Amino acid sequence: MTEDAASSKLELTVSDEIMIQLINVHKWYGQFHVLKDIDLTVHKGERIVICGPSGSGKSTLIRCLNRLEEHQRGQIIVDSVELTGDLKHIEKIRREVGMVFQHFNLFPHLTVLENCTLAPIWVRKMPKREAEEVAMQYLERVKIPEQAGKFPGQLSGGQQQRVAIARSLCMSPKIMLFDEPTSALDPEMIKEVLDVMVELAGSGMTMLCVTHEMGFAKTVANRVIFMDGGEIIEQNQPEEFFNNPQSERTKLFLSQILSH
Amino acid sequence: MNPANQTYEPGTHPDLPPPSSAVGAIAWMRQHLFSGPWNTILTLLAAYLLILVIPPIIRWVFVDANLSGDTREACTSGGACWVFIKVRFAQFMYGFYPIEERWRVDLTFIVFFAVLIPMMFERMPGRKWLTVFLLFIFPIIAFFLLYGGSFGLAVVETPKWGGLMLTLVIAVIGIVASLPIGVVLALGRRSNMPIVRTICVIFIEFWRGVPLITVLFMASVMFPLFMPEGANFDKLLRALIGVMLFSAAYMAEVIRGGLQAIPKGQYEAAEAMGLGYWRVMGLVILPQALKMVIPGIVNTFIGLFKDTTLVLIIGLFDFLGIVQAAATDPKWLGYSVEGYVFCAFVYWVFCFSMSRYSMYLERKLDTGHAR
Repeated sequence: MTEDAASSKLELTVSDEIMIQLINVHKWYGQFHVLKDIDLTVHKGERIVICGPSGSGKSTLIRCLNRLEEHQRGQIIVDSVELTGDLKHIEKIRREVGMVFQHFNLFPHLTVLENCTLAPIWVRKMPKREAEEVAMQYLERVKIPEQAGKFPGQLSGGQQQRVAIARSLCMSPKIMLFDEPTSALDPEMIKEVLDVMVELAGSGMTMLCVTHEMGFAKTVANRVIFMDGGEIIEQNQPEEFFNNPQSERTKLFLSQILSH
Repeated sequence: MNPANQTYEPGTHPDLPPPSSAVGAIAWMRQHLFSGPWNTILTLLAAYLLILVIPPIIRWVFVDANLSGDTREACTSGGACWVFIKVRFAQFMYGFYPIEERWRVDLTFIVFFAVLIPMMFERMPGRKWLTVFLLFIFPIIAFFLLYGGSFGLAVVETPKWGGLMLTLVIAVIGIVASLPIGVVLALGRRSNMPIVRTICVIFIEFWRGVPLITVLFMASVMFPLFMPEGANFDKLLRALIGVMLFSAAYMAEVIRGGLQAIPKGQYEAAEAMGLGYWRVMGLVILPQALKMVIPGIVNTFIGLFKDTTLVLIIGLFDFLGIVQAAATDPKWLGYSVEGYVFCAFVYWVFCFSMSRYSMYLERKLDTGHAR
């Protein structure tokens, strides 16, 4: 499964190793059926963009992958561990899955550096000095090492989101989940966050990203998934998805988000 | 040239100082004291009242006050008779604690404040150890010093404790114990486990629903009735446990308010990293929640400090109790005002210190308002 060499896309190989598998997954919020019979297989190194109208269940889907939301039927297997009510399994999976949120969710009472070292120290049992070295490496990678001593409240939205990405990376996750990472940002800050994400994709990280940034989907994704009403309506390689959408709902959605 | 009228090229406008009518003492006064005829009248009226009231108070407290001598005959000038306070001062501090043993009380509180005060300031090196000492080692030392019974110290039964010393003992133990118990209760009340939640709700609602006087009364009168023959709990200990649980219930609700104010995203971010429940709470949620409710916590502390006076009704002579008792002494009849003023002043000093420290803490812990 290699990329189309003709496009300007990142050329990355995707291995056959399965990282995430969802089999007949259903979820309800009370009476409301949010996820309907989701089947999805994600291989190591894949960069998947999930899009769809609001309320389509895309955020819920990726939040199910680290059990921030519980699914009620079907199987979710992440990194060959099945997600059940078993706390050991959940914590094991969460150690390997990083997540970046729409509203950053940095810890305001800790400095940027402390935000980054918290989980490595307490979950990975890394010595403090080593955790700080690792954190500084990642802060350099997201280009804000000079902010390490500041508190999140002193940073701009784009900087905060980059810290959030660095914080997740400090756990050396195998999978990164992005839940609308640029939706809460001012337009001039979106690019700095997307640049970091593109760079991350280039390093071969398995990524699932809920976003409306179609430019990002075109350059980075190897697969775009369109969801509506709790179902996966269509999934395809980006060129096919954007140039030749199959279903009417996809066409309508694309015409609405691309026309403005 | 008047800088206000000067024009600048677009994009080159410098930051100018504000006009003099917006800053300085005169602007402040115009804004805060004389902004309009109604406020001017109020300001003048308030000033007149202060002129009327303050000089007599100063005259009574300082100018005409009597401090020398040691009987009521020394009080002749019509001002406050501080002789009364001076003569009874030792009793106000120690209650009926034997005179020859009072150095033990002094030593206990000297150690307490000597450790507490440096501990409260962040720049102090070794703060962690001071805290550990104060929380775990000091209580043992304090017990042996105050109560005695070993190391060659004579036992001083708790009914002999009294005065400010007793007030501080009850208040400090109540304050130190109620915070952790309150945290546990608050977490329990928000737990997903129905049994834990129910127990915590019942506990909190019970203790919040009964007056402290009832609690103390039950602890001192009813509780012994249910005890097996011969078993005897110290009365002070019973009162202490009552005060502790009572204020813990209040504390729990204050802390729960803080927990509820933490955005869900904080829990999610912490959980998504693989932190377990206790680490999520201890490292991420509680530090923020407690910081947010510092005013409420200190409010409860201050309330508790003053509520300790209620132990009077079960026959313990705390600071207020002993002052009141002294004022009914025929030798000093008629000087209860001095006693109450002194008492109010001492309570105020302690409560105001707590309040100032909480303001310092809030400022120190403020890291901006970001989520």
